[in-house]
Amino acid sequence: MIVYEVFRQERKGQAFAHAGSVGAPDSSFAEAYAREQYGRRGESVALWVVPRDAVLEIDEFVDELQKNYHRVDGYPLKEKLKEARERAGTAAPSDR
Amino acid sequence: MSEQEFLEYVQSGGQVETDDWMPDDYRAKLIKFIEMHGNSELMGVLPEREWILRAPTLQRKLALTAKVQDEVGHAQLIYRVVEDLGKPREHCLDDLISGKSKFHNVFHYPTKTWGDVGVIAWLVDAAAIISQKALLKCSYAPYARIMKKICWEESFHILHGRDVILTMMNGADEQRELVQEALDRWWGPLMQFHGNPIASADDPMFQWRIKSQGNEEARQQFLDGYVPQIWELGLTVPDPKLSKNEEGIWEYTEPDWAELKHVVTGHGPQTAERLELRKTTRAETEWVRRTVLAEAA
Repeated sequence: MIVYEVFRQERKGQAFAHAGSVGAPDSSFAEAYAREQYGRRGESVALWVVPRDAVLEIDEFVDELQKNYHRVDGYPLKEKLKEARERAGTAAPSDR
Repeated sequence: MSEQEFLEYVQSGGQVETDDWMPDDYRAKLIKFIEMHGNSELMGVLPEREWILRAPTLQRKLALTAKVQDEVGHAQLIYRVVEDLGKPREHCLDDLISGKSKFHNVFHYPTKTWGDVGVIAWLVDAAAIISQKALLKCSYAPYARIMKKICWEESFHILHGRDVILTMMNGADEQRELVQEALDRWWGPLMQFHGNPIASADDPMFQWRIKSQGNEEARQQFLDGYVPQIWELGLTVPDPKLSKNEEGIWEYTEPDWAELKHVVTGHGPQTAERLELRKTTRAETEWVRRTVLAEAA
């Protein structure tokens, strides 16, 4: 028995999302089971049926160089903005 | 990750995938809980199956057949999740048939009339969907994901059940009597369905955030949603103590917990007969499974 992961697309243009899996002896049975389990009520417009072993999973993302200059969290502007407003004399009474 | 860190992780809303490390106790509790859900889907079709040939119209026959198909489909999805946790489906079926594992109390009772079919399809499914919606937040993500599909299908089941009930209530006196009699029969098991009001702190399923809703909370939600719908049809709930107090909490006669225990441990009025049917059909279809596997080999 081979485990196939099933991804389904609910409407055209939407991302395929993982829905579940089916156990099948080969891909033709996997297709039949996936159609039956994830498509018989018109809930999907397309399915991706992939042997689990074929899925390359990557779940570790090491940020060794702390490259926050290419992310939003690299730019905490609050303090700098406060200082700039004070310098310009435009600081609001509530400080915002 | 230590067991304590894992506990804190799931309690703060963290989700777990199949290949993630998990404590043995969590895995064991998951298997037990999810397997019972799978068993209940599989056994839950039998009370309705008995009425497919006796359904009053072709439309009802088709709807009932579709429902049975859905529920068996749910069992397949759920057993697949159990399988990934380490217990093969065949073992689940062995344990179900031998009486080693359990299934929900409501599926141990007979369906005497078409009124019972309506009450099951409406109120038993309503009670079940309350538990299942709470499982959308289960800490075990693969289970939570299939619950999305299951809840989606259950919502058609409830409408079908309510439609059966409304049709009967708009019919002849005899039909209204059938509904009332069925409600009288099912109220006890329905009130037992969500289990005894164990405190969340003492409920390991809640601690591991397998469940995210306490038993009493689920029952209150059921009463809040469905008692008004029962009353507005002119039906009587067979519990003179049932009323909503000033704090908005439903008060009711203490459900018969001894009956619940007796029934789910395999002593319900229909337990033996239904398990026997499972055993027979499993033996009769053995050649199909064998052929499918041989074909692929």
